[in-house]
Amino acid sequence: MNKFEYAPAPESRSVVKIQKDYDLFIGGKFVSANSNKRFTTINPATEEILSKVSLANGKDVDRAVKAARTALNKTWAKTKPKERAKYLYRIARILQERAREFAVLESLDNGKPIRESRDVDIPLAAAHFFYHAGWADKLEYAGFGDRPRPHGVVGQIIPWNFPLLMLSWKIAPALATGNTVVLKPAETTPLTALLFAEVCQQAELPDGVVNIITGDGSTGAALVNHKDIDKVAFTGSTEVGKLIACSIAERGIPATLELGGKGANIVFDDAPIDEAVEGIVNGIFFNQGHVCCAGSRLLLQENIADEFLIRLKDRMTKIRVGDPLDKNTDLGAINSSAQLAKIKEISDSGDKEGATLWSAPCSLPAKGFWYPPTIFTGVTQAHRIAREEIFGPVLSILTFRTPREAIEKANNTPYGLSAGIWTEKGSKILWAAQQLKAGVIWANTFNKFDPASPFGGYKESGWGREGGRHGLGAYLKIGKGAK
Amino acid sequence: MRLDVKKTYKLFIGGAFPRSESGRSYEIKNKRGQFIANPAQASRKDLRDAVLAAKNAHPGWSGATAFNRGQILYRIAEMLEGRTSQFVDEIVATTGVTSSVAKQEVSAAIDRWVWYAGWCDKITSVSGNNNPIAGPYYNFTIPESLGVIGIVAEEKDSLIGLVRSLAPIIAGGNTSVLIASQSRPLAAVTLAEVLATSDLPAGVVNILTGIKTELAPWLASHMEIDGLDLSGIDSIAELRVSGAENLKRIHTFEKDVSPERILAFMEYKTIWHPVGI
Repeated sequence: MNKFEYAPAPESRSVVKIQKDYDLFIGGKFVSANSNKRFTTINPATEEILSKVSLANGKDVDRAVKAARTALNKTWAKTKPKERAKYLYRIARILQERAREFAVLESLDNGKPIRESRDVDIPLAAAHFFYHAGWADKLEYAGFGDRPRPHGVVGQIIPWNFPLLMLSWKIAPALATGNTVVLKPAETTPLTALLFAEVCQQAELPDGVVNIITGDGSTGAALVNHKDIDKVAFTGSTEVGKLIACSIAERGIPATLELGGKGANIVFDDAPIDEAVEGIVNGIFFNQGHVCCAGSRLLLQENIADEFLIRLKDRMTKIRVGDPLDKNTDLGAINSSAQLAKIKEISDSGDKEGATLWSAPCSLPAKGFWYPPTIFTGVTQAHRIAREEIFGPVLSILTFRTPREAIEKANNTPYGLSAGIWTEKGSKILWAAQQLKAGVIWANTFNKFDPASPFGGYKESGWGREGGRHGLGAYLKIGKGAK
Repeated sequence: MRLDVKKTYKLFIGGAFPRSESGRSYEIKNKRGQFIANPAQASRKDLRDAVLAAKNAHPGWSGATAFNRGQILYRIAEMLEGRTSQFVDEIVATTGVTSSVAKQEVSAAIDRWVWYAGWCDKITSVSGNNNPIAGPYYNFTIPESLGVIGIVAEEKDSLIGLVRSLAPIIAGGNTSVLIASQSRPLAAVTLAEVLATSDLPAGVVNILTGIKTELAPWLASHMEIDGLDLSGIDSIAELRVSGAENLKRIHTFEKDVSPERILAFMEYKTIWHPVGI
């Protein structure tokens, strides 16, 4: 079948007004940074400078933590749970009202296709606030004892792959459980968090309950190391997660860590092949593969591998790569030049170590950061591309003969975030789901998210869960600590 | 006069009772400074053997039915009950408390085993759930055992302190390597004899006696250990740093008995499947 040619259908940018520069959001107001420094944030699809944002230093972090502490003591702890709920409902509604604006801004700053920011990121972000709003006045029924208490001030650091969605995963449960927050968005994607600050103002959220400080790694380190935070929540690399675990060792404060992954997507020979191909494509090329739970290792049962690869390659030639704001685009821009360099470096190692690279034929824009949908065949478990998180549109394909071998290979990683199972046989699904050491298991589907569904990893993929009833526990003092 | 036949206090690894491979032992004295015993002083190699035994025992123990695990924990209580007087004697000898105080401790330890035996087939019901997600999917979350848990047992309460930590950890399907109270290790070794006769598979619990400050850092840095209960050691910041290398789940507890002690060493797994025809 020939590829359909689509006329460009760009989403309008006019819905978004980006300021020339941004201050920090502390104590309910935008205030200039003590550091007097700013850094640029660009559109990774064009390298156009979008804005300049403030670089928060240690003093700025201190101001933000103080504002959060004051808000906790003076207003938020005294706000009735049912009123706390209503603030969160307001935020959810405003996010829905301004959804298109957020979606366009997210695609501009992050490089992800508008189809995904519009249909996944922003609706899910709003849903997270709506879901957690309802918990605020029902916490004593959540199974954490009859007097669950908030930790206090929470320091939160989020990544660049799902900027507003990760913000909502962090802020919604923290606020619902009565904590106040200082949140640092990622260096390359600060704009939707700053727009969210405006949403807090529109919702009349009490000053200081949410503080948003932009910056780089040094800002994040200052936040984690601040003596007056009661909990840390971090989503990002396993490497940084381990550093955070070390830096809070002395204080012993709790942490939620959502870290890396090297998810195995297992296709058994009795799988529904067309659905599986679609699921594998979604599993690795969704959001340019910038997904911690991506199905970045495909495990194919040997007797169907050849046939499957033909169909997979055929499907990959139909992936449309290009302008993130084009409504037809499937695969957008790589988020930064640094990330692109990392993807290239690990892919090169695959080549050097003897795996076979194949990229879907597609023309990439001249400006910006781009990488074509790519697979490696002939991959062994020792290859770097089978062990390390690439965090890009690169799939490593291995084969197996027996179900036990599949499980053995799938679990042969220090990570344990996600896994996929493709088979029509119900008992095999449940057996494989039992054996797999992963926090989220998708059977005959992949990369599905919901505020009611707990998310988080086994082993070195992190500590704790976010979302669902279980995610609430991470923001409450329960059982073991509280007498 | 008949001379007592005294027991050699050895380690408990993989269901066997070896001496330390290092050939070391250390002296235990009572409050009046009189000699009681020379328990084994475990080495790093002993600890690694214990971890291997625990690792190998994990698939079987975590894969056993919850009902079966509950029966075995209850069996531990039965065996402990039958040995009450032996534990009372050892607690009296090492701590100098009266036998009625020691008896209370043993009774409490037995009751803890019974309490956690009952939890084995209930913890999933009270901590797992279906998740009402917005789409045509069936979605549920269940707790699973973490793997191998290292325990540094409480120093003072040689029997009850150990049971407080150990019972919830194995109730949840984990296997364990436990470092006994350094100054009062006798109850731990005798508990091993109870465990060995309770149908508990070899390697589910491994008990080391020796110097805590020597052994605990190896426990914290071992890459095959998934979690740590550090209730029995004071300075844990450095152990947390070592444990960060593979992001061990590290806990200390204030509450004596709580289902949170079980759940702290369990991991939630969420499973999705489409619904359709």
